[in-house]
Amino acid sequence: MIVSKQKPFTEILAALGPVSRVFLIGCAKCATVCKSGGEEQLWQMQEDLTAAGKEVTGSLVIDEACHMLRVQRDLRAKGEMVKSAEALLVLACGAGVQSVSAGSDRLTVAGLDTLFLGNIRRFGQFEQRCSLCGHCLLNETAGICPVTICPKGLLNGPCGGMDEGRCEVNADAECAWYQIYLRLRDRGEQAPLATTNPPRDFARNIRPGSLKLDK
Amino acid sequence: MSTPNTMSSTLREKLESNHFVVTAEVCPPKGCDCGEFMEKSRSLKGSVDAVNVTDNQGANVRISPLAPAALLVRDGIEPILQLTCRDRNRLALQSELLAAAALGVTNILSLTGDHISFGDHAGSKPVFDLDSVQLLQTIAALNSGKDISGAPLHGTTSFYAGAAAAPEAEPFDLTLPKLAKKAAAGARFFQTQAIFLPERLARFTEAVRPLGVKVIAGIILLKSAGMARYITKNIPGLKVPPELVAELEDTERPLEAGVAIARRLAAAARPFCDGVHIMAMGREEHIPDIVAGLRTEDH
Repeated sequence: MIVSKQKPFTEILAALGPVSRVFLIGCAKCATVCKSGGEEQLWQMQEDLTAAGKEVTGSLVIDEACHMLRVQRDLRAKGEMVKSAEALLVLACGAGVQSVSAGSDRLTVAGLDTLFLGNIRRFGQFEQRCSLCGHCLLNETAGICPVTICPKGLLNGPCGGMDEGRCEVNADAECAWYQIYLRLRDRGEQAPLATTNPPRDFARNIRPGSLKLDK
Repeated sequence: MSTPNTMSSTLREKLESNHFVVTAEVCPPKGCDCGEFMEKSRSLKGSVDAVNVTDNQGANVRISPLAPAALLVRDGIEPILQLTCRDRNRLALQSELLAAAALGVTNILSLTGDHISFGDHAGSKPVFDLDSVQLLQTIAALNSGKDISGAPLHGTTSFYAGAAAAPEAEPFDLTLPKLAKKAAAGARFFQTQAIFLPERLARFTEAVRPLGVKVIAGIILLKSAGMARYITKNIPGLKVPPELVAELEDTERPLEAGVAIARRLAAAARPFCDGVHIMAMGREEHIPDIVAGLRTEDH
């Protein structure tokens, strides 16, 4: 899922500027799970905005704000509530915000910072394990991604800062290559540690990404 | 004037003919005035075989090491240009290497680089387009007259390439495969992280011997007990043994004690290495004292 967190309220207010009438949009998927843009957060935001002297014309939690057609359809269904607003405050990831801005002439304000594609460790605890790099190396690295888990994204083993299996950047974290080493040791394999991986091919990940499925 | 491809590394000649060598690290200025850097480096003539020029060490902005390295060449001092993968992508690394060759730099130390978060520009983008192994492969490609996409170069480099190693880091059998990759990628010498336990250096040298790589053991000048504790706490992979900290603490003259420790460690390391690399942390004037009698030339 896409992990996001709310921007500080003062920043949201600054982005709204002189706008007085606001329509709120959340997302029923990722932003709901990480409690940044679900039903509950929209209520809280409505309360905070009202206290700050804004009028909230209505709100809507879209089922997948990244789905562009659905966003347009759901917003149309809200009719006057949306039309009477000067700005749309979106509590969804950057993709969701842009689904909204692509289909509306209203000022669209992003209320969240989008952080990473995350795994859910347990309720309320998220971890990045995949960087969407475009060329999966997990088959070469015992199923643990050094592109993501190593802060330097090193493909050929630990850097000189690794000691006792700890990472130089965060002493509380285990070095990605130490994790790979342990996994291989448990399996009685060593060969992948000895294989030199070539530089990554960044041409496989040129932005903006797009994919069109064949019929 | 000789052309770059005929310049050769004296460091290579010495190591390959089994001379015991001394290298030392001199930090280039934060700024463009290389006066003090050159003065320190000149004072080491006769005591060291080559001077390592660090590359934005600790991820703090300093002058590009290429300029001071070129100044050393002009002065007849052999530099080891340290090059990290942190700040340059593969285009920039290759063009920097070609520039180094054109300016007469013959030795390169290939490094991954400390993470950006340690330095004075913590919000900068960490590059790490290549890693230290891939940078060594890049140097080998340039030495064969081609860039890493296979295009021929006008003029061929003849770098003597080295890499870093951390003999005391655990687990050792995790660090060893990477050292083997570095050797396979063209590293001909290892300059090690500061060593404090000669028995671990012995283990290290025994393990890397089959790789055919020369070992230059890192010796750090501990200037005080405070510095020793700071290193243990803040420098990844470095742990000063408590008895050395105590030795620095129980003296009126900690710097002298530090020089004595460095001299002792260098002497203890000598049987297990092909040279020593002195990191004097700004007190380069003590290097001649630390390395007196160590080099082949001194015998």
